[in-house]
Amino acid sequence: MHTLVLTKGVPDFREGQVSFDEDGHLERGKTPTVMNPNDKHALEAALQTKVRHGGTVSLMSMGPPGYKEVLQEGMEDVYADDLYLLSDREMGAADTWATSITLSTGIDHLEEEPDVVFAGFKTADGETGHTGPQTCWCQDWPIVTHVVALDIDEEERTLRAKRLVEGDVEEIETVEAPLPCFVVADPEFEPTYRKAEHRLRHKDLRAETQERAANFEDHLEVYDQAELNLDPDFIGLDGSPTIVAGVDPIPKAPSEREATMVDPGDEGAMAEVFEELEPYAGAD
Amino acid sequence: MTDDYEHYEAVVVGAGPGGAAAAATLAQNGVETLVLERGVESGSKNVSGGLIYAEESAPYTIDGLFPDFRAEASERPISEYYLHNVAGRKVKTIDLTGIHEHDTAWSDAVLRRHMDSWLEDRVHEMTRETGGGLLTGVRVDGLLREAGEIVGVTCEELDPIKADAIIAADGVNSELARDAGLMDWEDPEEWFQGVKAIVDMPEGTIADRFGVADDEGVAHLFSGDLFEGVRGGGFLYTNDDSLSIGTVFHLDSLVAEEAEPHELLDALLTHPLLDQWLQGEYEELEYGAKLVPDSKKVAHPSPHRGRLMLVGDAAGQMQAQGPIIKGMNHAVSAGALAAEAFVEADTRGRPEEAGQRYETKLRDEGVMKKLRPTRYKVASAVGENDAVASVTDKLVDSSLGKLGIKAADRLGLLRRSFNSPFVMSVMPDTQTLYVTAPTAIAEALGTPVRAENDVEPPDLADRIGDLTYDVGDPHIELQDNSFAASGAAVSACPVSATDFGGGCYRDETVKTNGHEEHLVSLDTQPCVECGTCAIVADTEWEHPAGGKGVEFKQG
Ligand SMILES: Cc1cc2nc3c(=O)[nH]c(=O)nc-3n(C[C@H](O)[C@H](O)[C@H](O)COP(=O)(O)OP(=O)(O)OC[C@H]3O[C@@H](n4cnc5c(N)ncnc54)[C@H](O)[C@@H]3O)c2cc1C
Ligand code: SF4
Repeated sequence: MHTLVLTKGVPDFREGQVSFDEDGHLERGKTPTVMNPNDKHALEAALQTKVRHGGTVSLMSMGPPGYKEVLQEGMEDVYADDLYLLSDREMGAADTWATSITLSTGIDHLEEEPDVVFAGFKTADGETGHTGPQTCWCQDWPIVTHVVALDIDEEERTLRAKRLVEGDVEEIETVEAPLPCFVVADPEFEPTYRKAEHRLRHKDLRAETQERAANFEDHLEVYDQAELNLDPDFIGLDGSPTIVAGVDPIPKAPSEREATMVDPGDEGAMAEVFEELEPYAGAD
Repeated sequence: MTDDYEHYEAVVVGAGPGGAAAAATLAQNGVETLVLERGVESGSKNVSGGLIYAEESAPYTIDGLFPDFRAEASERPISEYYLHNVAGRKVKTIDLTGIHEHDTAWSDAVLRRHMDSWLEDRVHEMTRETGGGLLTGVRVDGLLREAGEIVGVTCEELDPIKADAIIAADGVNSELARDAGLMDWEDPEEWFQGVKAIVDMPEGTIADRFGVADDEGVAHLFSGDLFEGVRGGGFLYTNDDSLSIGTVFHLDSLVAEEAEPHELLDALLTHPLLDQWLQGEYEELEYGAKLVPDSKKVAHPSPHRGRLMLVGDAAGQMQAQGPIIKGMNHAVSAGALAAEAFVEADTRGRPEEAGQRYETKLRDEGVMKKLRPTRYKVASAVGENDAVASVTDKLVDSSLGKLGIKAADRLGLLRRSFNSPFVMSVMPDTQTLYVTAPTAIAEALGTPVRAENDVEPPDLADRIGDLTYDVGDPHIELQDNSFAASGAAVSACPVSATDFGGGCYRDETVKTNGHEEHLVSLDTQPCVECGTCAIVADTEWEHPAGGKGVEFKQG
C-alpha cells in the first residue's frame, strides 16, 4: 500500500498566535505557520492504513520553503516515509484550481503511484474544501468525501468507507470504490485499532519514525518548476481564475436574543408554545 | 467468527513485577508473548512501600531476570533496618537488621512508576522479538471461554484474544482471578490496606539526616499507640531523593475502628520522632493507596484453572513477615515459575499441564511454604482465638508483663525474638503484636523524644487535587447504598472521610415521606483504585478502562 497525504501549512489562528494589522488583514510574517488542523484527520486515516496494511506513506504539500517544518511535523504524526514539497516562486499566489493542477502534476511525478490519496476537509485559511476534489478530478480517480471510517481490501483492490451524508453524524452511508482512490477524511474520522498486532505495529512505527523525523531533510524532495515543467499559464497567480473582490470581516452575531421564559407547569403558556411550534412540525 | 480472533502462545495480563518476570521468562524461551497493561504506562497504577527483596533461597530474583535492574530501576539499597516501638513520646528502638538480612541477597527501595516503566521497556523489547510485545492502555475485562473452557481474554479496547497460556499478573483485586472463581472479595480479614506519601528531600539531605552514604539507605518501622489502636504499622524508606512514608493496616481492624486512613498516616508524619528527618520541611509529592493481600490467609494453594495461571497479588502471594512486607519478590518468583511451567509443559506437547506444573513448582521451590507457613496455622488457631488474645494482651500490658519486657531486654531476648524469622512468621495477627506489645515495650524501655514536629501534611482535598486523573466512565457501582451495607467505605476509603464532601464516598441522610434513611453516595472521580470498597462495601467493582482513572507519577 502506498498512500499519499496532501497537506498544507496555514496561519496559526489560535488565540495569542495570530496577528492582524490595523485594517484587520492577517500579518503572515508575524503569524506562525502550522499544519492545517483538518489535515490531522487525513493523517490519521493514512496512518491507520499503514498500520493495518503496511507499505509507505508520503506527504505532499505545495507552498513556500517554510512548509518544510510543517511536513516534518506531519512526518512525526503519521510516521511518514517521505516528504514532497512543491515549491517555486512561479507557483505562488495560486488559488485552489492552480493548486490542484500543481498537486496533480506532483502526484504524476512520484516514482510509485499511490493507491490512496488522503486530503483533509477544507483548510483553515481558505475554507473552500475545493483542493482535494479538484486534484482528484485532474487525476480522473474516484473520490469519497466525509469519510469517518475506512477499510481496505488489498486483494480486491477496493476500499470501503463509511461517510457522513450531508455532514450529519446521524446519517451514515457505506460506499465502495476501486483503488486508486481519493479520500477526504471528515473531522469525525476515528481510527480504530482493535487488534493487538496493529497496536504493536503502531508502536514499532513510532520508534522508527523518531530518528527519521530528526533527519527529515534526508527524506524530503523539493519539486520546483524546472522539475515539474508545468504550463506557466496554469499555475501560480496566472493560473488562478479566482478573483478576490475584497475581504470583509464577518460581523459578530448579536449577542442578545429574544427569549420568553415559560413555566412548564403552566398549561396555558405551554399550549401557546405548542401553537408556535406547530407550523414547523412535519406532516403526520 | 471465532477463527478471526488473534492468537498468541501466551498472554500476560499486567506488567508489574509478576507480569514482567513471567513475560521475560517466556520470551527468553522463545514463546510468542503478548503483555497487556491497563495503565498509560507500566507503574502508573501501582503503589507499594516498597522494598524489593532478592532472597537467597528464591528460585528467581528481579536482577537475575533483568541484569541492570539495580543500577537503573531501583533507589537506595537498604543496609539498616529499625523498628520503633512508640508510646506517646516514648520510643524504644530495636535494630532489626538481622531479620532484614535473613535470607536476603540484597534489598533496594523502589518507586513503582520508575521501576515498572523501566521494566516495561525491557519486556517490550524481549517479547517483541517473539512476535508479541507489550501494550499499555489496554484493560483485560474477562476470560474468553469456549465450551466452558478458558481459551483467552476479552478486552475493553481490543477484540478477544486467544492464547495457549494466560498468566494473570493483574495484581490485587484481580478481575481474572474473580472471573475464574479462584478468588473472592468478601472478607476484610484477608486484606491489608497500604497508604503512603512520597516526600521530597532536597539533594544531600538524606545522607545528612539519616547518616548514610549517597549509595546507602535505611528503613524505619513504627508500631505502638500512634495509630488509634488499629492493627498495623508504619514505615519510612529512603529513596534516592525522596522518602516513602506509609502505613499498612489490617482492613478488618480499620473498618472496626472506623479509622480514617489519611489521618493515621498524618499521625505518623507528625510524630515527634520524625522531626530528626523532616526538620520542619514537608513537601508531599504524591499520596497513594492500595490493598495488599495477606498470603497467610489467601495465597491460593492451587492458583490455576485450565490455561489460566495466577501470579503475585492476583494469587494472594503477598507475605507479611511481621513488619517485613514481601510481595514484589514473590510475584517475580511466581511469574517466572508459571512461565517455566508452561514452557516445560508445551515442549512435552501437553500445554494443558502447565497449571499443575506451576503449582508443583511453587511448592517444591519453597515459595508456598513462605506464603502459608503451616506453623502459622497452629499458632494463629490459638493466638487469634479471642479469649487467648485478650489474655495475652492483658498480660503484656500488666506490671508483670513490663517486668518481663525489661528482663527480656537485658538478656537480649527482645532483639533476638524480633529478629527471628520463625517468631515473625508465626506471630498471630492480634492487637498484642501490633499495638499492646510495642506500646508496653516503649513504656517500659523507651526514652522520650524531645523534639517538636510541626510539619503540616496537606489535607485530603489537596492530596486528591495533586493527583492526575483522566476520568473515564464510573467503574464502581453501589449495589446497596444503605449505610448498613456500604457505610464502612466512607471512612475506610483512603480518599473519602466522614464530613468531607470531596471524596468518593459520602454519608447521607435522606428524608422521605416522614422517615429518614441513612445512605451512602459514590462519586468515582477521585478514586485511586485501591480496591478497599470492593471488599468493605456492596459494590459492582471493576477497574477503569485502559488508560483511564488515576495516574501515579511516583508509586
Ligand atoms: C503501601 C504498600 C506497601 C508495600 N510494601 C511492599 C514492600 O515493601 N515490599 C514488597 O515486596 N511488597 C510491598 N507491597 C506489596 C507489593 O506492592 C505487591 O505485592 C506487588 O506489587 C505485587 O506485584 P504484582 O506483579 O503481582 O502486581 P502489581 O504490581 O499490582 O501489578 C499488577 C499490574 O496489572 C495491571 N492490571 C490490573 N488489572 C488489569 C487488567 N484488567 N488489564 C490489564 N492490566 C491490569 C496493573 O495496572 C498493574 O500494572 C506493598 C504494597 C502496598 C500497597
Ligand atoms: S472508591 Fe473504592 S477503590 Fe476507589 S479509592 Fe475509594 S475505596 Fe479505593
